[in-house]
This record gives sequence, structure tokens and C-alpha cells, in this order.
Amino acid sequence: MSLPPLFQDWFAAQGWQPHPHQLDLLKAKGDTLLIAPTGGGKTLAGFLPSLVALMDGHKGLHTLYVSPLKALTADIARNLARPVADLNLPIRVEDRTGDTRSSQRARQRVDPPHILLTTPESLALMLSYEQAPQIFGSLKRVVLDELHALAENKRGDQLMLCLARLRTLAPGVVTTGLSATVEDPQALADFMGGARILQADPGPEPDIAMLATARPAPWSGGGGHYAIPEVLAEIRQARTTIIFINTRAQAELFFQALWAANDDNLPIGLHHGSLAREARQRVEAAMAAGELRAVVATGSLDLGIDWGSVDLVIQVGAPKNVKRLVQRIGRANHRYNAPSRARIVPANRFEVIECVAALEAVHEHDLDGEPRGPGPLDVLCQHILLTACAGPFDAGALFAEVRTAGPYRGLSRAQFDDCLDFAATGGYALRAYDRWQRLMLRDGLWRLRDPRAVRELRMNVGTIVEAEMLKVRFRHGGGLLGEVEEGFAATLVKGDTFLIGGQTVRYDALREMVVEVTKQPTKQPRIALYSGLKLATSTQLSHRVQALIGDPSRHWVLPKDTADWLALQARISTLPQPGVLLSETFPHRGQWHFALYGFAGRHALQTLGLLMTKTMEDAGLGPLGFLATDYALWIWSLDPVTDPEPLLDREALRAGLGDWLAGNAVMKRTFKNVAVISGLIQRNMPGGRRSGKQATFSSDILYDTLRRYDPDHLLLRITAEEARRGLVDFDRIEDMLDHSPRHDHRMLDRVTPLAAPLLLEFGRVPITGQGRERLAEAEAAALMAEAGLA
Amino acid sequence: MTHAFDFAGHALEARPSGALYWPDRRWLVVADLHLGKSERMARRGGSLLPPYEVLATLDRLEAEITATDPAAVISLGDGFDDDAAALALPDMLCDRLRGMAWGRRWIWVSGNHDPAPVCPRLPGETVDELTDGLSFRHQAGQGPDVSGHFHPCLKLAGDRRRCFLVGSDHLILPAFGAYTGGLAIYSPVLAALVPQGLAIACGTRALPLPVGASRRTGRRA
Repeated sequence: MSLPPLFQDWFAAQGWQPHPHQLDLLKAKGDTLLIAPTGGGKTLAGFLPSLVALMDGHKGLHTLYVSPLKALTADIARNLARPVADLNLPIRVEDRTGDTRSSQRARQRVDPPHILLTTPESLALMLSYEQAPQIFGSLKRVVLDELHALAENKRGDQLMLCLARLRTLAPGVVTTGLSATVEDPQALADFMGGARILQADPGPEPDIAMLATARPAPWSGGGGHYAIPEVLAEIRQARTTIIFINTRAQAELFFQALWAANDDNLPIGLHHGSLAREARQRVEAAMAAGELRAVVATGSLDLGIDWGSVDLVIQVGAPKNVKRLVQRIGRANHRYNAPSRARIVPANRFEVIECVAALEAVHEHDLDGEPRGPGPLDVLCQHILLTACAGPFDAGALFAEVRTAGPYRGLSRAQFDDCLDFAATGGYALRAYDRWQRLMLRDGLWRLRDPRAVRELRMNVGTIVEAEMLKVRFRHGGGLLGEVEEGFAATLVKGDTFLIGGQTVRYDALREMVVEVTKQPTKQPRIALYSGLKLATSTQLSHRVQALIGDPSRHWVLPKDTADWLALQARISTLPQPGVLLSETFPHRGQWHFALYGFAGRHALQTLGLLMTKTMEDAGLGPLGFLATDYALWIWSLDPVTDPEPLLDREALRAGLGDWLAGNAVMKRTFKNVAVISGLIQRNMPGGRRSGKQATFSSDILYDTLRRYDPDHLLLRITAEEARRGLVDFDRIEDMLDHSPRHDHRMLDRVTPLAAPLLLEFGRVPITGQGRERLAEAEAAALMAEAGLA
Repeated sequence: MTHAFDFAGHALEARPSGALYWPDRRWLVVADLHLGKSERMARRGGSLLPPYEVLATLDRLEAEITATDPAAVISLGDGFDDDAAALALPDMLCDRLRGMAWGRRWIWVSGNHDPAPVCPRLPGETVDELTDGLSFRHQAGQGPDVSGHFHPCLKLAGDRRRCFLVGSDHLILPAFGAYTGGLAIYSPVLAALVPQGLAIACGTRALPLPVGASRRTGRRA
């Protein structure tokens, strides 16, 4: 297919020249993965073949567009409206998301538009309708936008299962994946179930550098506030700037510090996931209208609508991951074929090294990425149940179909049968539900026993499990400020202050599941730790950092103060080297300190800290606490670690992991997500908790019960597998041990230069031994005393 | 470790498991066992929860019986998640309950979930309420009485714990069953029944704390 004259004229009338990759995609036959930088007209490229094909009309749904963001579907609908109107094309375009009215949804089921714009969750829901074969039977094309982002989590796995379904319902459907730059295009193509890769011209090299600052980066901390004057100067010179910060709490603090120094009153906004939706939409609209000079944002702006006017990206804090840095830099894309401009602000001395290493990786086009492993089985369990909602199915046929989905191409029949058994009977060793199975096999086909179950199953569609969030609003009238995690709210005591939406507020009360606050403009916030989890630095970037530290001949690339610091470390102790696991023991203020430079990311080192302090407790060394960063683990104790070997014994660590994981909060959290996604428990219904009914109980109880009575249950296996890769990250501990066969332990008489910043960091984890019970007793005793009862 | 306290002139013990022990009579009282809850959910087309909650609850109840060797065991209502759940209890578990009841009185006070007399395979007798020195009923009524129904719980050092609630008119027991949620003690209905008094948190030991005297605990629960 080539571009018809009608379209050529339209492009010319807009003053546009079609990009080569847009034309290539038009010619492409079969499934294609288009990899193009942001601003390359990727989305239009994805739609061109559909628009051209639809010139001659089509009966029923022709093209399905899936994007991770609802906002994108609305934006695309607006963008498509123009050529459709200008060219007078006989095309109906509609979107269908969680926000779509139910009357519109019902109509779409009987009379679908030619082009339907949707999200993975809405697609999964539509496929669970009995009418799915009629709706999707006429489908010719599927466009998957921001595929690189979807492929990073379970939403992508679910989408690929749905795609396999679509390929069955509409044989011959052509799929186009659209992706930003990724490290392994072939892996992404495999994820799609196989596709030809089309690489667009990546454009010119980005103009990216460290932001030069008058003051050097501090020894510790993550704020980056020392660079405020230079950041403001950059904002002044640029047209529009996005300032990316890694956590919501830090974004709040940085935003506040920026405004404190913003003497010119430059319009600067704030955008992160804890802000009320209206507040976020206001900022987005102001950005689109060109009314803001800068916006301080978290990953909430990693994806989304392109704002043409953005010409500078500032990354505050270590980028953690080279690929994400490159994608963020791409947000500064005022013109395709003009270099993106970006500046990096390390938050502390360790991050200086990480930033330098990341810049080198960007220049060498050496992107990182952790392979995700096979498709998770909890998503498959949900898919099986939703498939049953659409109608009876044959197990063998569904297994064959699932195997055509990229993430599940290696699925064994035994694994599939485990999931099917779970969906049908609960999969328990105690076969208790023979009479009440959820799915029954009748006439060779699996079907729902009780058709009323569809409602509950459809309510539970999707793989996003949000933490329980509580709304925050002003006590004396005024709008919604945003949301905080329930766990954070539980730590608040009346009078505590925290930052939200750029304002310092005082906690007054928790009423009807709403956190009520009062404005407290002058007071320093106590804490703003509602950010959820921090990312760990990628394996590849960690290795680069370690290599850079270990090679003094290359230290000239570092700022002088950083190079001097490392030189001092080399003199007093030694520098960590690739292949060597360096640790140090030294006394400080009457306690012993142990620092291990593992470069394994904060999750793995956190896990290692828990396991090692447990062994130390057993050995009577009296560990008092530990702290993990992306690079190092620091443990302080009453007695010194003189030989770390027993603490690093791989078998002992593995055994300790098994014991510790058992009752661990990370595991329970992971289990909850798995239990919701697989359909064991429901998401909390909106408003359901407000009634204060005592009927709901925590998923922790189910976890404990399963562990005790059915330890080999499918969901426990999925949970263990997931925690191992995710928050527990034990794989990286093993990787660290594999990559550092030689251990170098040094006994020193004082704090070493490399360890010193650790002693200043926040985030210490106290070791309590029997502490939890002791804490509870102390608190109870204090309350009794306070009440005069003791 | 248990916590001894006085209620309506009687010396009682709150056990860390959530069971109440009356030493003078050697009575063991447990509320809201909700046996058969997972079976009931499955029967109604809901989730297939791990079907071990009867086992888990009976394991804990048996441990309490072994520890106290009571003359009578009183289930304070909602012993079963519904009457059909009692009928559906596997024979093996009925045998086990009969073994636990051997040589002692066993009384099922009926609750809102299980109004009918228990199934004939089960030990003991069913009563609407029981008054013998103290009044025992499922839901708090004319005090002083001992009841269950509300599943009181509180938050202590960041953990949610089931708890006893002891006021001047009402003693409310925590739910003993494995699959039971909780109602925070500051919720209006519980605050109205016990505006001031004592909460005794369950856990590895029974921990008493004041109720009503300190706003802070109530709010954060």
C-alpha cells in the first residue's frame, strides 16, 4: 500500500512531510513492531494504514487501538477527528475506557465503531462478553501503543492473552506495536508473539550533560536542593521544562524549595500520582496551553500526551535505569530531528558516580533492562475465568491459543492445568468444593457452574492492584488535595505535618475514611513518606558504577571533589572492584560497623540485610540495625563482624530466606496482589469499607492459613516466584555472589570515606528481635499509665 | 499470658487466643467461630477460599480446651456461618468436635447467622441465651451481659489485633474464627455500648489498654 493522493495532499496542506517510517509501515505486511523516538509521529503512523483502508468503507469494527492511559485514548480520538473530518472519511472513531458511560458501552456492543480506542482492562472486559465473537469478528488491525511500557508489567501479559483471543476471533488480523527506544527490540517482538521490527531513524544524538552547579552535591540525601539556583536559571532560559524526580515525596519537597527561590514567579506546576485527578488534569491542561514554564513530575509523566513545547528535561536524582533516562530525555522533543536537551542533577556524592556512568551508557546506546521471565500464572487464572464468562470453552483449544501469546509461549500443559484447576475448584489439596466448583466440565466444555458469577468476575478484571488509598481534604471546606496510602495515614498522630500538593498541612482527624487536614504554611513538614516503593538501580548500571569506581585511571571523568573522595578511600581502605566483594569493619561511637559494597540494588541489599542480621543475632553479635542503599549495606552491632564468610554462605542465605519469607510483610503484600489478580479475593468495592462491616477480613489470614494447611498451593508458588524476582530480589543477591568470587574484608580503626555517607542516610531499619511485642507492651503500659490505670 | 479482670462482680480471664475463661465455674467461652464460612461463600457462587478455616479454628479451640480443661464450653453465637454450613460440616470434623466435647457440657448459643438448633451429628445443646450468674447472649442486650457479634479489634503498635471490650454493662468478646474480620472499637456502635472501660488485645499475650480515656488509641484503631 502506498499513500493515496488524497492523503498526500492533506499532509502537504498541513505543511507536513510523511516520515519514512510512516510510509514503511503503510507498506508493511503482517505484524510489525515500530520503534521510534517520542515525537516521531508514531501514533499517526500506526493509524495511517487503517485510515487508508477505511476510505472505501467497512462494516463493523476495523481497528482496535490499545493504550496504557485513558488520557491517551481521548487525545488520539481528538487527533484522529481532524483528518477524518478534513478528508471526509466514512469513519466512526470512539473510545471505550472505565470512564465511558454504560449506555455508550451497551451500544458499542451491538454497533461497534470502525476504530475503537481502549485500554487493556477494557479490552479484557469486552472479550468476556458473550457477544465478543460478533464485536471482534470483523477486526482487521490492532494498534498497541506504548508497548514498551505495557511489556514491563502484568497489564502487558494480560493484553497479550487478549491479543491471542483476538487472533482466534478474527483470523488474519494485523497487529502493529508502537514502542519507544528499548534495549532488546527482538524480545519485545517476541512478546507480541512475533513481528517484523521497523526501526525509525533515532534522530540526532541528545544534548545531555550533568548540570553544573556552584555547590557540590552533598554527601547524602536525595533532595537535590543544592542545585535549585541553577535549575531555576535553566527554566528561565528554556521554553518549557519537565523536572523529573524519582519519588512523590521528593517531588513535593523539591517543588516547595523551587517556589521558595522563585523570585521571578515563573509559573511552575506539580504533577504526581498522589494528587487529586482534577489537580493533575489542571496541570496537564496548563501545560498543553503553554501556560507553564516548568512542571515538577514523577513517573506520572513518563507516558502521556506529547507537549510540543517541552524543550528541556531535568532529571533530579540518580536515573536508576538507563532506558528510562533515555525515554525521559525523549520527552524534550520540540521538533523531530532536533536534539533533545537534558540535564542531570545527582542528589548526593554516590549518585554523581551513577549519573556519570549513566551518561556514558546513553552515549554508547547501551540500554539496560531486566528480562521479565515467563508470563505470570495469576494473570492466566484471571484470563481463564474471563474466557468462561464469554462462553463454554475447550481446554485443549484454549491451551493452544494461550501458547500463541508471547509471554506464554513456553507454558507447559501441566502449568495450564494447574491454573484451570485453580479456576475450577480452587486447586486445594483438600478437595472440598466438588459440589460448588466455579467451572464445571460438561459435554467436554468448561463452563461457569453459576452464571451469576460473571458479575463478580467482571468487576475484578485487570491486573492493577492499588494500595488502599485514603482521600485527603481540608477540614474546613475546600476541595480534595489528593490521596495517601492507608499505611501512611495509620502512622499519623494529630498535629503531624506533611506535604501534599505543594502545601504543608496538619493532620487533624480520620473521619469516614477521609484524612482531614488544616493548612499549616509555616511549619516544616514532619514527613512525606507516602511514595510507595523506590526503584532499585538496574543491574547493568550498578555494574558500570562499580567498574568506574574501581578504575582510578578513569576518575578524571568525575567532578574533582568526587575523585578526591575516591582517592582518599583508596588510601585508607581500598576501592571496590568488579569481581571482588569488598567489606569493611570499623568502630565508631562505641559501636561496631560493617559495610558491604554489593552494588546489587536496594531491594536485594535490604533482603541481604535482613538475612545477615538474623545470622548475626544467632551468633550473638548483637546487631542493632541496618541500612541498605543501591550500592551498599551497612549494619551496626555491639560486637564486630570479623569474618563475613559465614554471613555470606549461599546455602545459609537460601535457608534463611525460606524461613524469613514465611511471615514477611513483603510476601503478604505480594500474595494479596496475586490473590486479587487470580480471582481468589475481590478488590475492595468502592465505599464497601465505609459501612464498617465486620465481614471483610484481611488477605493475610488466607496467606497464613494456606501456608499452614496447603503449603504447595498454586498461589503460594506464584507468590514465592514473584517476590523472589521483585521486592525480595534474591536473584540479585545470587548474581552478586556469582559476579564477585573473591571476598576482600578489611578491619579498620575508623569510619572509611566510602562508608561515611551511609551513616548520614535515612531509612535505617532497627533490629528488634522480640521487639514488636516489647513495643506493643511499652505502648500499652504507657497508655495505662497515662490513663492512671497502671 | 492471660489478663485477669473483674466484670459485674465476677473474676474472669481474657486469654491471648480471644477465648474467655471463668475460673470459678471452669467455663470456656468463645464467640463467632463462623465455622463453614468458606463453604458458604462457595455455595453462593463466590470465591473458593482456602477450605481450611474450620480446621484452623478447631485446632485453636482444641488447644484452649487442652490448656484449660473446662467443665463447659460455650459458643456465643455465630458458631456456624449459617445453618446449612453446620449441616455440610464433614463427618470427620463432627467426630472431632464430639471428641472435644467429651466429658463436659457444650452449649451453642444461637446467633444471627445460625438461629436453628445445631445438626444432630454435633455435640451439645442449643439455647437462645444463657443466664447463670452472668448473662450470655450473642448480641449485647440488657446488661450486664457477655456477648460477641461485633468482632471488636484495635490497632496497637501498627498491628491490627482482635480484642475484648470490657465496659460496666457489657463484655464483648473478639471473634474466635479464623476467617473473621473486625470492627474497630471506636466505631459508633461499639463506642455506644462501651463508652469507657478496657480493651484487652489478643496476640502472644493479652494486653489491656484503656478505652475512652485516651482519644489517641481509639482514633488510630
